[in-house]
Amino acid sequence: MLREFLARVWRRLVEHVDVPLLLITVAIMVAGLATVFSATYDANNRLLAQALNMIVGLGAMWAVAQLPPQKLMRFGVPLYLIGILLLILVYFFGIKVNGARRWLSLGFTRIQPSELLKIAVPLMLAWYFHKHEALLRFRHYVIACLLLLLPFALIAKQPDLGTAILVGAAGFYVIFFAGLPWGVMVGLFAGAAGAAPFVWTMLHDYQRKRILTLIDPTTDPLGSGYHIIQSTIAIGSGGSFGKGWLAGTQTHLEFIPERHTDFILAVFSEERGLLGNCILLLLYLLLIGRGLMIAAKASTLFARVVAGSVTLSLFTYVFVNMGMVSGILPVVGVPLPFMSYGGTALVTLSVSIGILMSIHSHRMLVRT
Amino acid sequence: MPAHHSTLNAPDGELHRFHFRVILAGIAVLGALALLATRFFYLQVVQHDYYTTRAEDNRISVVPIVPNRGVIVDRAGVVLARNYSAFTLEITPSKVADLEATIDGLGQLIEVLPKDRKRFRKLLEESKSFESLPIRTRLSEEEVARFAANRYLFPGVEVKARLFRQYPLGPIASHAVGYINRINKRDLEMIDESELAANYRGTDHIGKTGIEQKYEFQLHGETGYEQVEIDAGGRAIRSLSRTAPIQGSRLTLTLDVKLQEMAEKAFGDRRGALVAIEPATGGILALVSNPSFDPNLFIDGIRSDDWELLNNSPERPMLNRALNGTYPPGSTFKPFMALAALETGKRTPGQAISDPGFFNFAGHHFRDDKKGGHGTVDMYKSIVHSCDTYYYMLANDMGIDAIARFMGQLGFGQKTGVDIEGESEGVLPSPEWKKRRFRRPEQQKWFAGETISIGIGQGYNSYTPIQLAQATAAVANNGVMFRPHLVKYITDSRTGEKTMIEPEPMRRLAWKPQHVETIRNAMVGVNTQGTGARAFAGAGYTSAGKTGTAQVFSLKGSEYKSSRLKQELRDHALFIAFAPAEAPKIALAVVVENGGFGAQSAAPIARMVFDYYLLGKLPKGAAQEDDVEED
Repeated sequence: MLREFLARVWRRLVEHVDVPLLLITVAIMVAGLATVFSATYDANNRLLAQALNMIVGLGAMWAVAQLPPQKLMRFGVPLYLIGILLLILVYFFGIKVNGARRWLSLGFTRIQPSELLKIAVPLMLAWYFHKHEALLRFRHYVIACLLLLLPFALIAKQPDLGTAILVGAAGFYVIFFAGLPWGVMVGLFAGAAGAAPFVWTMLHDYQRKRILTLIDPTTDPLGSGYHIIQSTIAIGSGGSFGKGWLAGTQTHLEFIPERHTDFILAVFSEERGLLGNCILLLLYLLLIGRGLMIAAKASTLFARVVAGSVTLSLFTYVFVNMGMVSGILPVVGVPLPFMSYGGTALVTLSVSIGILMSIHSHRMLVRT
Repeated sequence: MPAHHSTLNAPDGELHRFHFRVILAGIAVLGALALLATRFFYLQVVQHDYYTTRAEDNRISVVPIVPNRGVIVDRAGVVLARNYSAFTLEITPSKVADLEATIDGLGQLIEVLPKDRKRFRKLLEESKSFESLPIRTRLSEEEVARFAANRYLFPGVEVKARLFRQYPLGPIASHAVGYINRINKRDLEMIDESELAANYRGTDHIGKTGIEQKYEFQLHGETGYEQVEIDAGGRAIRSLSRTAPIQGSRLTLTLDVKLQEMAEKAFGDRRGALVAIEPATGGILALVSNPSFDPNLFIDGIRSDDWELLNNSPERPMLNRALNGTYPPGSTFKPFMALAALETGKRTPGQAISDPGFFNFAGHHFRDDKKGGHGTVDMYKSIVHSCDTYYYMLANDMGIDAIARFMGQLGFGQKTGVDIEGESEGVLPSPEWKKRRFRRPEQQKWFAGETISIGIGQGYNSYTPIQLAQATAAVANNGVMFRPHLVKYITDSRTGEKTMIEPEPMRRLAWKPQHVETIRNAMVGVNTQGTGARAFAGAGYTSAGKTGTAQVFSLKGSEYKSSRLKQELRDHALFIAFAPAEAPKIALAVVVENGGFGAQSAAPIARMVFDYYLLGKLPKGAAQEDDVEED
């Protein structure tokens, strides 16, 4: 009796969990925990806090996986509207930290509404395309673009270029997978290229400096070039097999800035070398591959475009972060998924994986 | 049905397109991750060595360890310059946001006087901001403790143990030893040119004058290095390796500091110079320039009021009169003229003149000091009684070129090459010199009448005391000349190896021994029956000397004219001598500015120096001015 009950509970528990996604995610999380420990054990150890974040993240992942996509679709509009409302509140009443207005105080804690949009925007746009699935016209793409542009502009204005890029990318992927005509896409890119000079003038000084520093980090070795120089030194000095766990000099002598958050890859690379990096890249590739597979197999337009968008967003995180830390992209505040310390990003990303799991495990239910 | 068909078809087409785009995305992802892998390969394999070096450079900081500066001792081992360790309170301006506020805060803990602030500001202007600069030196133990308890309040401020230079004898021999002071821009250029910049990392003082300057590189030593692991904040975590510094070499001077001290005392408050040389080596036994200064004042940046006092004093204590004071030699020139006459064959010792008290040249009377003249005067008498007429005639007979040639060989009008920087050349008059010296053609011409007073050491003649001493030593040493020098040997601090300075003579003048003997006899006569007899009465050794008086109007340095008109009109007193006459151990030249006759004020100083050096006798009282026959 009991055994049967337990078996049923177990089945219920694992019913919607995608084992490959879970294994890959946990593998990256373990590597992340070890690296966070190395990056912080000298002072102010964050190992337990990050472990807790991961448990919360896995819980959120499981919970979201239980929700069928139809339910997820219903969240699209309200989440989007709440997100936009909060962004507007941030614009007027946000707390200013380091010259950027990103946070909203709730009295007992503070929240970063832009994080919500990372999920809300793809859900909203996917819902929109799903609603008009049968008769998608050009104007639908235009409206979708405008729906995307609004939160993008609000976040970029904060300013938070990293999040703006991630939200913008998530939205764009939805539009792309919904069948944005190539001609329009080419036109958009041409327009973006044409607008670049204007965007340049709109960028904040520190953002411009970061882009200029990327081209030649040595122009400002103690200022904005410092991050890139020190992280490339850490990576390069790691060599093929790394200096060994807890043995990175760049890490432990505190040359790497933000070493447990955005620049955690520098720590990992220094201590684990090229071999570690290749394994990590492979894990991300598997995760993304699994995500794209789920997208390809998904049964509805909503599910397809959401799965595709969520997966490519994950890729965007990985590429932008690794590109930045290794010095081929400008420094923008994007964490490395499941590696960087920080609860918010961990939960958001876990929810993304949960969405993928939901889509995959509920695909048969739609057909039948 | 057809409508239904089309709605079925549309999703199929949509699905097909979607799959195509998923594949495209997959390819893009593969490409992007491959790009990252390539980047990692480039950094971690291709550029690995480069970045390893960079990481090591980051991690390891090389901290210079300044060597102890070499000690300077006199010939008997008495310490003239040494080092002591003391705590200083130093500020690194680049690490301090508000300097004034920081100094005010420090002032509440530790006494910071306005002069300390003044000096700090002066240092600040001269230095780079990443250097740490002293706001206070020589902290007491209590002050160190008080700061240590509050140091967290003062980022960028620290207490450092530093070595300081100290001159235990103060002003004694300060013109010879010199002093050190903070390195300035000109010193830095000199260091860069010498390609010793690496060895001067961490060093902030350098020799500025005297021995301290001339032997800077020997005294400095070799800077050691400590490799320390540092974190990004520049804090030292641990020491990795250490190369000990090598202390600077020890300099042993030829100077006899007791003799030096005695000679300085002998001058009292009179201005002047004395150079005593060991004839057989050229080693300087005493180098006096009076008044002198306390070199300890310069060590951590001289205070401006002290500097003004030293620099603006009419006594000019900073002027090294022994090397930079130029004086007409007066009658002290006569023995050299007599030797020239013998060597050139213009006179024999016995050849006598009749001195009417003047020499008539083209209707102009060149007067002798003694009215009515000295009567019949041979070479001996001409020196012993300092007969001018004899030398007027001699100079006229020899001609300026022969005089200049002979005196040039004796080192007159040239730098002696003593081991102190900035020595003056003086003036050895000659037609060539006049051509160089003057610009207008009518001034450039040499007149035969100008040769006459050259013979008695007046006219354009102008020499430094060290040149006179060198020439005297040359006569004492039978024409074997040495470069006067202050350093006897240099002791390597590591090996203990001694490097002797110049045992080789710089020039051997092939004088006939009987000629030198004639001059020596006459100079002994000076001190037994002539102008120096009073000063040397009762000496327990034979000495050879010559008094001299230099007319002041020909002295170039006329700074004190207005303020000290009366004293300035007095002539400078000179005296040259060596002893014992038969085997000289010491030769010297003395100049007492505005001292009147040489026999009066200069000769007694020489007597005291000889008594002390040869007999170990200390003078009874201060130098007495003797009432003697004019020279």
